[in-house]
Amino acid sequence: MEVDKKDEREAESSEQVVNPWEVSAKDGGKIDYDKLIDKFGCQRLDESLIDRVQRLTSRQPHVFLRRGVFFAHRDFNEILDAYENGDKFYLYTGRGPSSEALHLGHLIPFMFTKYLQEAFKVPLVIQLTDDEKCMWKNLSVEESQRLARENAKDIIACGFDVTKTFIFSDFDYVGGAFYKNMVRVAKCVTLNKAMGIFGFSGEDHIGKLSFPPVQAVPSFPSSFPHLFPGKDNLRCLIPCAIDQDPYFRMTRDVAPRLGYSKPALIESSFFPALQAKNGKMSASDPNSAIYVTDTAKDIKNKINRYAFSGGQDSVEKHKELGANLEVDIPVKYLSFFLEDDSELEHIKKEYGEGRMLTGEVKKRLTEVLTEMVERHRRARAAVTDEMVDAFMAVRPLPSMFE
Amino acid sequence: MGFSKDQLLDRLQELEIDYSKYEHPPVLTVEEQAKYVSSSEGALSKNLFLKDKKHRYYIVSAMVDTKVDMKVLSQRLGLGKGGIRMAPEEALGELLQVSLGCVTPFAVVNESARDVSLLLDQKFKNQTRCIFHPLSNDVSVSLNMLGLDKFLKSIGRDPVYVDLEANPVVGKDQAPDLAVYVPSNSVVVPEVSNKTSTIQNPPPKSVSADVKPVASAKPSKPAGKVKSIADNSAPSAYKNPEKFVEEIMDKTSALLLSETKGESVEALTETLRKRLTSDFTHLAIMYKNTAYAEGFYAGTRHQPKRL
Repeated sequence: MEVDKKDEREAESSEQVVNPWEVSAKDGGKIDYDKLIDKFGCQRLDESLIDRVQRLTSRQPHVFLRRGVFFAHRDFNEILDAYENGDKFYLYTGRGPSSEALHLGHLIPFMFTKYLQEAFKVPLVIQLTDDEKCMWKNLSVEESQRLARENAKDIIACGFDVTKTFIFSDFDYVGGAFYKNMVRVAKCVTLNKAMGIFGFSGEDHIGKLSFPPVQAVPSFPSSFPHLFPGKDNLRCLIPCAIDQDPYFRMTRDVAPRLGYSKPALIESSFFPALQAKNGKMSASDPNSAIYVTDTAKDIKNKINRYAFSGGQDSVEKHKELGANLEVDIPVKYLSFFLEDDSELEHIKKEYGEGRMLTGEVKKRLTEVLTEMVERHRRARAAVTDEMVDAFMAVRPLPSMFE
Repeated sequence: MGFSKDQLLDRLQELEIDYSKYEHPPVLTVEEQAKYVSSSEGALSKNLFLKDKKHRYYIVSAMVDTKVDMKVLSQRLGLGKGGIRMAPEEALGELLQVSLGCVTPFAVVNESARDVSLLLDQKFKNQTRCIFHPLSNDVSVSLNMLGLDKFLKSIGRDPVYVDLEANPVVGKDQAPDLAVYVPSNSVVVPEVSNKTSTIQNPPPKSVSADVKPVASAKPSKPAGKVKSIADNSAPSAYKNPEKFVEEIMDKTSALLLSETKGESVEALTETLRKRLTSDFTHLAIMYKNTAYAEGFYAGTRHQPKRL
């Protein structure tokens, strides 16, 4: 059974807070992911699952799987069971377009989703929740729509295959079969329940209250009659950051009542801020993050000046004690983005035992990130408005499983 | 190519827009213009041609005494504090098809300026008539703003009036109020030096807000075509099969040359595979997406067979 939702309301500042609109650790410490998994009631993604993925896809599992970035799941094993039997699934992920400035933390779910699309050869729907940002961030409708299109370009630049990907914005797409599912879901969730899951109160406007079904229904194939006609049993896998879990706990609760399969989830931890302070990278603090528009110089500066180091204060002390890998941000970032497992191991060993200095680690990180950002920028420059239109067109995807 | 002043004036007449025309020697600044056109004919305007870091362009047309604070404007557009500056001279010719000292709201009549955002001073609305150059700086035209509105609407533009002196708070919970006027397309204008888009920051031009944008006295560059991102300023490896293959060959050879350390050919090929596969897959995906997008564009504009 799913975890009792009442617990969420008790999350005060003495406890860590993790929900779609706020992420903060307890008392300025780190996020306790074990506690989170316990509290939310999802499962750890263990080695055996990762091995299984490798066997089924005949390729090395994505670096985010190997390094435990995507570390929790719900029913991922069932998805793999079905896949082994020849039953495919589709992917669903999304973004709330609240700002034009995308940082690396934003790209993580998309990078992983792209890998899943390629490895399993399955289609993908991407939801841009412009309506949500319009309501929560008090943007005008036009501005949130504009941001949605801008963000779509960065998303496309991550390398999704247009013949297998449908991107949509809520303001454009809600209606028809999608809306019918929204109403079906809404009927199953009482006001009290919504307040319990999402922390709504009497002060919140009714727009917010009615939003959760919008994020829930892309989990159901019947919401996309142009993509999955007649495939009502097609299962859905949702790669997302773990703070989105509440939406999908609600969805999984409602699904059986509507005769739909529950969506499966595969969840990631948060990408830490450069200065390491509790929580995650934030779009409102430019120095907490590396942006996809940063130049090589910006990246070098930010890493050198703001990346929290676990190295010791003096070279002598460092050689003696080694670096504190637990808190060191450059090593953490490398564990996200440095593909080569053996190189990472080497760095961790040398740095942790004091033979490598912080400067070297930072230099390597700067190289890795600069290459990534540069590649993204090139791809982004090639994304035209026509390409966005093509990705967002309501059209069939005949080769979506090839 | 670009609209001429006569074509523009003809168009105004066709639209039955009432205007008065004043001819004078070419003028580069508002002060000079004021010598020939007295304020009784209408309110003079200063016209700024601006550019942001993402190659998007703006014409800001204001009353001469309106204070236009570039920092505030930049923030209100959602571009941060230093996000906007005077556009380079080449852009004037390429995008607006006018010469120095001739920035004018009328310039948006040109197809090349379709992605340029036009912001008009709200204070114009209180004037009986306002004065602009009709695409040439040896003529000034005074007309009522309703006339300008009519003209803009005739070319499919919604006139946008803005309180240019306002300084609203822009922050986490207060969205920049002018951000909606940021063009959705950026434009690439061939630059004087061959800069890639990663290196930006042209030297700040010390131009006071009263003087019309005057760049250095260099002759303007020979006409390059105005390219939108939709054309070939995007890495052509994504559009052109030969460039695609060239990119692959270049990267492979470079890696071969740098990695050959006397190891076996098998080990070398393994390294090549490992290091290049993800890059090339990405390249191929973008190639595919570009082809599909072009096909989609053609398909949506396809005309049914004539029977």
